[in-house]
Amino acid sequence: MINRILSRFHGGVHLPDRKSLTAGQPVRKAHLPDRLYLPLHQHIGASAEPVVAVGDSVLKGQMIAHACGYVSAPVHASSSGKVIAIEDHAIPHPSGASASCIVIETDGEDRWIERSGAEDYLNMDHSHLRNLIRNAGIVGLGGAGFPSFIKLNPGPDYQIDTLILNGAECEPFITCDDLLMRTHPEEIISGIKILRYALKAKHVVIAVEDNKPEAYQSLKGQLHNEDIEVVQVPTLYPVGGEKQLIQVITGKEVPHDGLPLNIGIVIQNVSTAAAVHRAVNEGTPLVSRYVTVTGGGVTQPRNLEVLFGTPVNELLEQCGGTNMAMSRLVMGGPMMGFELHQHNVPVIKTTNCILAATDHDLSPEQPMMPCIRCGSCADACPVSLLPQQLYWFARSKEFDKAQNINLFDCIECGCCSYVCPSHIPLVHYFRFSKTEIAAKEREQEKADQARARHEARQARLDREKAERAARLASKKAALAAKKARSDRASGGVSDDKKAAIKAAIERAKAKKAAKKQAGTEPEAEKNRAVSERKRAEMKAAIEQAKVKKMARKQAESGHERGVSEQKKAEMRAAIARAKAKKAEKKNDGI
Amino acid sequence: MEFKIKSSPQTHLDNNLTQLMMRILYALIPALVAYVWFFGWGIVINILLAVVTALSCEALMLKLRQRPVKLFLTDGSAVVTATLLAMALPPLAPWWLTVLGVAFAIIVAKHLYGGLGFNPFNPAMVGYVMLLISFPLEMTGWSAPLSLVDYKLAFMDSISMIFTGQIASGLQLDALTMATPLDMLKAELRLEHTVAESLSSHPVFGLMGGVGWEWVNLTILAGGVWLIYKKVITWHVPVGVLGSLFIIAAVFYGIDSEHYASPLFHIMSGAAIFAAFFIATDPVTAPTTALGRVIFGAGIGILAYIIRTWGGYPEGIAFAVLLMNMVAPTIDHYYQPRVFGHRKK
Ligand code: SF4
Ligand code: SF4
Repeated sequence: MINRILSRFHGGVHLPDRKSLTAGQPVRKAHLPDRLYLPLHQHIGASAEPVVAVGDSVLKGQMIAHACGYVSAPVHASSSGKVIAIEDHAIPHPSGASASCIVIETDGEDRWIERSGAEDYLNMDHSHLRNLIRNAGIVGLGGAGFPSFIKLNPGPDYQIDTLILNGAECEPFITCDDLLMRTHPEEIISGIKILRYALKAKHVVIAVEDNKPEAYQSLKGQLHNEDIEVVQVPTLYPVGGEKQLIQVITGKEVPHDGLPLNIGIVIQNVSTAAAVHRAVNEGTPLVSRYVTVTGGGVTQPRNLEVLFGTPVNELLEQCGGTNMAMSRLVMGGPMMGFELHQHNVPVIKTTNCILAATDHDLSPEQPMMPCIRCGSCADACPVSLLPQQLYWFARSKEFDKAQNINLFDCIECGCCSYVCPSHIPLVHYFRFSKTEIAAKEREQEKADQARARHEARQARLDREKAERAARLASKKAALAAKKARSDRASGGVSDDKKAAIKAAIERAKAKKAAKKQAGTEPEAEKNRAVSERKRAEMKAAIEQAKVKKMARKQAESGHERGVSEQKKAEMRAAIARAKAKKAEKKNDGI
Repeated sequence: MEFKIKSSPQTHLDNNLTQLMMRILYALIPALVAYVWFFGWGIVINILLAVVTALSCEALMLKLRQRPVKLFLTDGSAVVTATLLAMALPPLAPWWLTVLGVAFAIIVAKHLYGGLGFNPFNPAMVGYVMLLISFPLEMTGWSAPLSLVDYKLAFMDSISMIFTGQIASGLQLDALTMATPLDMLKAELRLEHTVAESLSSHPVFGLMGGVGWEWVNLTILAGGVWLIYKKVITWHVPVGVLGSLFIIAAVFYGIDSEHYASPLFHIMSGAAIFAAFFIATDPVTAPTTALGRVIFGAGIGILAYIIRTWGGYPEGIAFAVLLMNMVAPTIDHYYQPRVFGHRKK
């Protein structure tokens, strides 16, 4: 096998890796908690939908919420017990939000559902294989949580040249992938073979940072004749970033508006590969993972194998508890992790590290100074952005300009903030700008939809109006003709005429009022008001027509009864007019 | 337990502005020693005077602009500006010259433009050029290398010279000053002497540049290289400045060595090295990208040569820096790096 020539990416930072805190400690199984809190949303995409109800008994590995839509992933019970609630509970999220969780009271038996591995996946249909992986709830375990089966479906247009297994684990403190590579290389290799089969990938490369020689050797030791490369990549944050690793391994850049797929590459985390192995060969869905519990804030830092849904504070206790020196509790690494507001949030599929940090572990905040344009941030940016320029635009809220200089290519790796001598929280500004732009776009979309709706409605109203006018005109003509005839016959009915005149006057008044109103009303309201008024007028006109008809009838068939009938009709017309007026008033009030 | 919430990244490199500024000052120490050795104690007094002035003006302006005084006073930027300007002034310049220049640099060139990070022009150079234009006489009264005057200038002599314009023995400033090598060469060339004739005609010229100047410049170079090693500055601007100056001087020297000084002379005498490593590298007023910085530096080198050779001033580097400050934003605009995953335009 020839040695691969590695490329390098722009910028990056050397970080004190602090991995020795936990790298030497064996992995321990975390205790079974009394309660498991399983969020329905532990991945990128739509939330899963519960398929159990409160009171149901569940077994370990049983699907308790199914995927909802294509980009989604199911959730499985991580131990046996009873569903005691489906309710909002604190979840691991930068905002400290709560979200819907299935709460399971465990029965202590940890009883599995019946599991059976696939006999021979090599004879399995690809879509069947993908479904298997999907139903096992597997998502990217490196941190992003993207449903893995989707990446295994490149479609007929793409040939996969290289499958890259990401074992870089470039964030300081975190060692869970390292431990997995050292303790279960066979699971990883077995998973890789499945992935390779699913993708028909020509080359397979496992990338491990060169600060993990043991993991490298352990993987190498598992390989015999397989055509799989294990490559040590230089330790430089963020080499474990998807695009950065691809660049280092293949020398290719993922197009800014594309996916790795577009250049014939698929990248998966090593622990995802192990999960795929367990799902396919053992029939075991994703219910647990390795989590690094570390930092000077815990007495015995170590890696734990944790069931999803286990509250973080229980893990801290199992690592000897926290001490007074702890100043911050972070989920994830120091560069991309977020601070936890509450300690009772559960471990989810994407949780790789709980960092109980002291001020020595993570430098405390310093006052922010003005940007001196030193360019250190630009030198450190792996995407070759100009963070100082982005910051300038973000600060002055010129988001469109920030977008023009490629704000959305920022991967939020934190290198720029890390090196800035003025301690400007650059990434914070970028995240803020991105959300602002997204919010604006959503608003714009809504406004566009509303306008389209309004225009459609207006068109309909106009059409209806025209139709009605036409109908009315023909009716009037017919009426006039008839009336002329009956007038001639009976010598005219003055009361009848009066009523007609009154009605005409009312109509004129209504029109005048409408005109006045039109001058003061905003556009949309005016349109609505006009149409409502028109409807009311129409009613009045119809009533009048009825009056006239009645009068005609009466003229034809005796006087007495006719008068009272006519009065009634007139009254009805008056009421209708009053209604029309009221409607107008209401419009005025708007 | 309640914690203050911080956005990622959760940690930071162990650096800050004060540390950055202090490193610039450390890098000047060897040059300062050489300076005192060759030109006497005047420079030390000037620097102290300048720093006190700068800090007072800074505090005053921060107060007026309602900024946190302590935070900004300790960032070190005013001290650096003051020190750099003091080192550019004649060592026995009268006290008011230093005070005026520094006050102008801090109040006008820095704070009236918005303070740290917002000034388009290098404050030290603005102060320097203001003085050069307003007080040409005082600005060119450069003290002669000590080895070239008979008088032994003591520390107290320097103080009395700076504050009263004379020393106890009644010696006047004129007796202690001498034109700088660049000044001298310019004057000689005007008299239609050749470069070689000029250089041999006067003891102020040394092996590569001017007596004393050579050593001061070498120590500045050492400090500058240390700054690059410490990543306080990058190599781009110094290489741009010195490279372009060397090349353009070499071209004219090659064409006519009788009337144009050698490239080595251009680099080793005057303030080229000082400006290349300590002045033009001021991040606030320079472009931010690598290529932009090389271009910026090259512009300074070429402009400095043009002014030195054909302009009205013997040393043009201060003007060159200010002129290039003006185009720095434009350079930044045109030389943006290609962003990852984007095609070359
Ligand atoms: S690192 Fe900080 S001070 Fe330097 S240019 Fe970037 S934002 Fe400005
Ligand atoms: S956070 Fe964004 S801008 Fe900053 S270094 Fe990373 S990619 Fe570049």
